[in-house]
Amino acid sequence: MRATFKRTYSRAIINKITDFPMSHIRFKVLAALCIGAALLTACGQKSGDTAASGDTIKIGEFASLTGKEAAFGQSSHKGTVLAIEELNATGGILGKKIDFIFEDNRSTPGESATIAKKLITRDKVVAILGEVASGRSLEAAPIAQSNKIPMISPSSTNPKVTETGDYIFRVCFIDPFQGKLLAEFAKRTLKAQKVAIFSDVAAPYSIGLAQFFRDTFSATGQIVSEQKYTGGDKDFKAQLTVIKNTKPDAIFVPGYYTDAGLIVAQARQLGINVPLFGGDGWEAPELLQIAGKALEGTYYSTHFSAESTEPGATKFVAAYQAKYGEKPDAMAALGYDSAMVLADAIKRAGSTEGPKLREALAATKDFPGATGATTLDARRDATKPAVIITVKDGKFEYVETIAP
Amino acid sequence: MLSRSQLALLGALAVIGVIGFFSASYNPYFLDIAVSCGINITLAVSLNLINGYTGQFSLGHAGFMAIGAYSAAMLTATYGVVLLPALAGQEWLLFALALTAGGIAAALAGLIVGVPSLRLKGDYLAIVTLGFGEIIRVVLQNIDAVGGARGLIGIPSYTNFFWTFGLAAIAVYVVWTMVNSTYGRGFIAVADDEIAAEAMGINTTRYKITAFLVGAFFAGLAGGMYAHFRNFIVPSGFGFDRSIEIVVMVILGGMGNTGGVIIAAILLTVLGEWLRQFGDFRMILYSLLIIVLMILRPQGLFTWSLPRRRSA
Amino acid sequence: MASSSTSKPSLLDAAHAVTELLQQLINGLALGAIYALIALGYTMVYGVLRFINFAHSDIFMIGAFSGYYLARYFPSASILAGIVVLLGAMAICALLGVIIEKLAYRPLRGRSTLTVLITAIGVSLFLQNVGQRIFGANPKSFPALFPLRYYQFESGLVVSSAQITVFVVTILLLFVLQYIVLRTRIGTAMRALSFNPTAASLVGVNNDRVISFTFALGSALAAAGGILYASNYPSIDPLMGTIPGVKAFVAAVLGGIGNIAGAAFGGVVLGLVETAVVALGGSTYRDAVAFGVLILILLFRPTGLLGKRNAEKV
Repeated sequence: MRATFKRTYSRAIINKITDFPMSHIRFKVLAALCIGAALLTACGQKSGDTAASGDTIKIGEFASLTGKEAAFGQSSHKGTVLAIEELNATGGILGKKIDFIFEDNRSTPGESATIAKKLITRDKVVAILGEVASGRSLEAAPIAQSNKIPMISPSSTNPKVTETGDYIFRVCFIDPFQGKLLAEFAKRTLKAQKVAIFSDVAAPYSIGLAQFFRDTFSATGQIVSEQKYTGGDKDFKAQLTVIKNTKPDAIFVPGYYTDAGLIVAQARQLGINVPLFGGDGWEAPELLQIAGKALEGTYYSTHFSAESTEPGATKFVAAYQAKYGEKPDAMAALGYDSAMVLADAIKRAGSTEGPKLREALAATKDFPGATGATTLDARRDATKPAVIITVKDGKFEYVETIAP
Repeated sequence: MLSRSQLALLGALAVIGVIGFFSASYNPYFLDIAVSCGINITLAVSLNLINGYTGQFSLGHAGFMAIGAYSAAMLTATYGVVLLPALAGQEWLLFALALTAGGIAAALAGLIVGVPSLRLKGDYLAIVTLGFGEIIRVVLQNIDAVGGARGLIGIPSYTNFFWTFGLAAIAVYVVWTMVNSTYGRGFIAVADDEIAAEAMGINTTRYKITAFLVGAFFAGLAGGMYAHFRNFIVPSGFGFDRSIEIVVMVILGGMGNTGGVIIAAILLTVLGEWLRQFGDFRMILYSLLIIVLMILRPQGLFTWSLPRRRSA
Repeated sequence: MASSSTSKPSLLDAAHAVTELLQQLINGLALGAIYALIALGYTMVYGVLRFINFAHSDIFMIGAFSGYYLARYFPSASILAGIVVLLGAMAICALLGVIIEKLAYRPLRGRSTLTVLITAIGVSLFLQNVGQRIFGANPKSFPALFPLRYYQFESGLVVSSAQITVFVVTILLLFVLQYIVLRTRIGTAMRALSFNPTAASLVGVNNDRVISFTFALGSALAAAGGILYASNYPSIDPLMGTIPGVKAFVAAVLGGIGNIAGAAFGGVVLGLVETAVVALGGSTYRDAVAFGVLILILLFRPTGLLGKRNAEKV
């Protein structure tokens, strides 16, 4: 019905505008395009109607599936999808299957709030999962908060994200915790007095981590040089040459593995032999492939390691490898945990109503997930122990565990 | 006695007022898309004055938007506590003040960018405006007072349907009346043939600078509107790709065709959301549609006359 | 911010300073050579068609990925296999360039360059998004195509064989391109077309063929750039073309777009300026200063460093 109406309507418009010279073929293509578009709208609306039934629990996700940060968004998304599939395979939650609705924000600012509104008011989801980047989480969080829909961020580390309100949670570390622990690690284990910081000027994560590291470390040690790069840069030799000349005992690289791999490799090429270390942004199997031998004697802190022997982690790694044929990184583990923590809370709440679900989420304690035991504290941030990993003989190796 | 265009503006404002009055009853998702459309219309129409009517190819519109957004947001988010009591607690007054300040700041930047346009042409001007846009972004990234790369949070939510479309209507009115006045024919003359225009005694310098000034002013206002709509801004949101989005709207709508540009701005904004139903193929389809539309309607989707001849 | 060494200046420090200066010079030249290599492709297409091929940086990406997949069938780190992979990727991209030109640009021949520019942006978005679907968003580690060696001098200076390769290839291509454009039949046709398409076709130049050839050449250059870039920085992803693409575009304009020697020169200048900014402690403003220098240069030389000043004819 609707389709036929639209078809005649677009015909009418086309007929009206054809009193100017336009080649016949072009007209036909344009007409076909309009009609196709009209038909597609009709189809799209139809599929939207059927999903309104009440025997499923709807969970929404917004993620960077394309664009600059897609490497992290895709990983996190794959972890989340795995969790949802596992839950549905074991009968869903509260006897209902999960209807998982996800949207891509192209890694650009400006789309996440729109998506949150769509998920909440059109799809009527009971909770939202997302996002890897703090900036985009900060856009969607106020929408979730004002609609009283709980939102769990898998890996936004900026403290401000959960400060938005009492409906916003996260299952990862926050920058202050990791910055502090890395500063103590540098002092205690690496015995470093002089440290150079090499951070990503365009990445909030990197700036946050650098700031909290500096705050702790400069109390007793010396920061000899602070250099910056822009995420996506490939050549770091100029900054590394400057750093080399300040003769640091160690170099802190708070960034993502996509850049850190090349930084480590180029540092070694320039004959810099001091340890380099970073945070959980380094955690990815690709790091070894990109930097290879150069990684010997580097360290990073993380909440998850694909080499871990903890039962939660090994189960996740096996399932992930079976589904995707590759090893998971830290983002995938957090994406997985964000969905699992939510499912656990829905079960405990026995309801999907926002306020009840919020209470249950806030009471999450020692939830066993892929990244270890997750407890959500009073500020709705996850507290969990961190693990220090190093690379030896071409393999990731466990160094020590640091409690929160 | 009001002229026809003034009447049209008042009529449009009245309709927007009525629609905006009932905005609480609309679905927030659709309202969100509508406001995005309104902001994009302002951006596209103002860029059309520079790129379309005056023929000065600018790739830095997002930079002007950034300056407007940050200036306005600083006034409301940071100094709002001080300013509000002085304005008798009237939030709309503070918002109007902040927007205007943002517009003026952006216009000043427009003046700075407009000056090189006197010496440069075509691709060289394009790269210089692109450079200015990137410089603005990098500088914002390095200012801790506005949050640096981590962005500015806590911007009050002032933008609504009425404000957005009111601004869009005013932008359309100003550009339309400017270009269609006797004075305004000079813009088109500059675009068509600069040397001939100069020979006819048209002060091309003044026209080019005016175009940049007015275009940047409205981009700044749109930026302020955007900041108070999203309540959070980051420098990376005002990069080169944002400028490109606006340029696509202008060229797809038809250079120097205000009506077409408005429709293109709406079309592209809605298209991005509508394509969501295709999941993973969304952006692939989006890019294909741009290519196909451009091939089918090279003179702009909504330009029906023969394309104006332009010297490259 | 950069160096906070407080010790008194000594002879040793001076020696270190010289070493750092030389090392930065090498860094800058190597970076500049890469920009130059990509800029050459931009300039080839621009020189003939007067339009900025925005998709160039994505063909560059496809070139790197072609190399990545082709390399699986060849032994790694052998010069011969490396050259075969390089030529294979260049052939794939040349074909891709010709197809893109036929489907997306040819229907718009004779339209304003801005129209073609938007189509090029569409093509660029298309390649990026298809790339993300097919190759995946995660970065991939690029295999060692050519044997990699580091030459370390006693003073601490380091040069890698990959850096030298880029430099040599860029200079080689510069001369090859100059030869093609200035000495061959097709080059003459290209110049004729660039000067006046209508007149060129009147004197018997097959415009379609020449434009196809230009795109094939430009895209093959992009592929070569992509592979050498990936050999230097062995991490590739579907958006890897964006940043070097913009930088190469800047380099091409800086040198005077459409001018082959200008593109190479502009690339080297840009690489040196960027490195100098970092060396002087301004790493946070690196990109801003690079653009600032560009704007200043263009203000004084509006058609780039080596660009011809075209007198406007009425």
